[in-house]
Amino acid sequence: MGAAEQTIRDVQATGLERYKYGFVTDIEQEMAPKGLNEDIIRFISAKKKEPEWLLEWRLKAYRAWLEMPEPDWSKVNFPPIDYQDAYYYAAPKQKDGPQSLDEVDPELLATYEKLGIPLSEQKVLAGVVAVDAVFDSVSVATTFKEKLHEAGVIFCSLSEAVEKHPELVRKYLGSVVPYADNKHACLNSAVFTDGSFVYVPEGVRCPMELSTYFRINAEKTGQFERTLIIAERGSYVSYLEGCTAPMRDENQLHAAVVELIALDDAEIKYSTVQNWYPGDEEGKGGIYNFVTKRGACRGRNSKISWTQVETGSAVTWKYPSCILQGDNSVGEFYSVAITNNYQQADTGTKMIHIGKNTRSRIISKGISAGHSNNTYRGLVRMLPGAENARNYTQCDSLLIGEQCGAHTVPYIESRNQTAQVEHEATTSKVSDEQLFYCRQRGIDQEEALSLIVNGFCRQVLQELPMEFAVEAQKLVGISLEGSVG
Amino acid sequence: MLEIRDLHVCVEDRDRLKGLDLAIRPGEVHAIMGPNGSGKSTLSHVIAGREGYQVTGGSITMDGRDIFGMEPEERARAGVFLAFQYPVEIAGVTMSTFLRTAVNAHRKSRGEAELDPLQFVKLLRTKTKALGIGEAMLKRPVNVGFSGGEKKRNEVLQMALLEPTMAVMDETDSGLDIDALKVVADGINVLRDPGRSFLLITHYQRLLTYVVPDHVHILAGGRIVRSGGKELALELESKGYAGLVPAAA
Repeated sequence: MGAAEQTIRDVQATGLERYKYGFVTDIEQEMAPKGLNEDIIRFISAKKKEPEWLLEWRLKAYRAWLEMPEPDWSKVNFPPIDYQDAYYYAAPKQKDGPQSLDEVDPELLATYEKLGIPLSEQKVLAGVVAVDAVFDSVSVATTFKEKLHEAGVIFCSLSEAVEKHPELVRKYLGSVVPYADNKHACLNSAVFTDGSFVYVPEGVRCPMELSTYFRINAEKTGQFERTLIIAERGSYVSYLEGCTAPMRDENQLHAAVVELIALDDAEIKYSTVQNWYPGDEEGKGGIYNFVTKRGACRGRNSKISWTQVETGSAVTWKYPSCILQGDNSVGEFYSVAITNNYQQADTGTKMIHIGKNTRSRIISKGISAGHSNNTYRGLVRMLPGAENARNYTQCDSLLIGEQCGAHTVPYIESRNQTAQVEHEATTSKVSDEQLFYCRQRGIDQEEALSLIVNGFCRQVLQELPMEFAVEAQKLVGISLEGSVG
Repeated sequence: MLEIRDLHVCVEDRDRLKGLDLAIRPGEVHAIMGPNGSGKSTLSHVIAGREGYQVTGGSITMDGRDIFGMEPEERARAGVFLAFQYPVEIAGVTMSTFLRTAVNAHRKSRGEAELDPLQFVKLLRTKTKALGIGEAMLKRPVNVGFSGGEKKRNEVLQMALLEPTMAVMDETDSGLDIDALKVVADGINVLRDPGRSFLLITHYQRLLTYVVPDHVHILAGGRIVRSGGKELALELESKGYAGLVPAAA
């Protein structure tokens, strides 16, 4: 685990504060007036020159949102959100959209540089990753478009997709997560400002990893991005998102929606490294991360695999799910959730087995430190048609210190006699023996903890694409800093 | 090398060491023998800096430096190695990752460049052969599912990699069959060096026929009650603790 050492050293060397993405970029913003009402939604839609149907859809979502109660079943506590005290549209000011990276504000590029994103095309050409970067609400630049274009893959901002591929967007948007799915998804549907769009045509194996970096910069802004990925028959795509935000005393809302659609024999691998600002050591500030992610395995033999490493945010409410509709389809959920200080995470998945011989696998690793609370909440539902369907769930919790909590809440519903559901769960503590053993070998305490916790998470981390696995290992170490000793 | 003076230690309000004196010079091999509860493991843990032991008097210096002000990892980097009586399992962390992290921590503290995985594998290969440790074992998680013999060989491998100046072997011979004992003893003998001292903590004379000590001490009731040459171990073997130190039995 050289990576863990590396990072701890890097972070110490830079002398930055623990959350190294906590800087603010001074950039001119174009903002909608504060608050939320139908006019704001019309403003957003007009700004984006959207077709009438999309505005109507947004307004329906908004009206549903007004009626809907906040979900109250999760094990998280936070004061009521004042939705009128936030901005719902913030965009880096620019006369016209950038035609190439040369036209992107250099301040913005410098920010992405700091975040370690290989945005400039020369750099990207050397790599294998295509990046779409969403800064506050607007997609700034999508690199590597040409090469993807040759393969027939569409990878662009959702706004651009609305403009250039309206038929695809109209067909699939809201088809997995309907606008009235839940309070947070409603809000997203009403005010989403951008996000990524991926379309992989039949039989195409996407030639590179696709990646989006999300960044909240402006004060008092919510971020409501929306991602839509469609994998046609026999296609394959691997997609990764990473997130960061500046350190601010107030809480900021992030309510994203991700919809995945896999048709016959298609496979989508979706990985997240979430490192939103978690708040300070006393629990002040931080991002509310209320996200609805759902994939539909519509086709036979299709597969959707979610991998998430959740280390940031003050409150996380997130359940990437799979609807296993096609016969023989496969859903996977691999999760590492780390909470420290006063962070709260309620995260897990839903595996809805509809088709025959559908299979799902859930591997969840929760690590709690400080005064934090970490809950795994998962639903496995076997519907009457799910002949011979199988699920295997493994939930492991690791506790560091005496003040934190780990909770496991599995829901299992089976309406088919032939379906099999397995659930295993463990809870353990990082032992003094383990720490002492490492330290006796010359490894200092923080690095020892990082090593032990990375070992605990290995099963999940090895599911990440290689270059991001290294990044994630570092994050594991950093997010636990100060939790022992 | 290591000098212990009038060491008093208590654990949960019980006195475990009551005025222990011991001086180990460079290159010497000392054996400490004693019955159960005599304070053998307490001594090894206090040298290594494990929490939970209260030092109520005396001192331990290493090359003249007081070690009580040093964290366990600092002592390790200064050359103290403890072969554990019960090596600890760490799930999900492969042996090779663990070993590399440890070796690099030592290198870093000496201001040397860290080894990348490839360089490390080369170094590792030179050490594993002699101990009969195969590549497969290095891919397994640290001590998880290891047999008693594998665990102890693994401790000796770590010692070989970290090249300590003061190695404390806490009952490294316990639970080993004769073949495994020979492998472990050979591993120790290979590392004997004018610059490296050993403290072998053991119940039985058996290990000492393979690793011949320069000095043997008998620990009873929290202090060293007799010291002698290698023949003391044989005397102990024939007379038993009760015969040698009636008061402590």
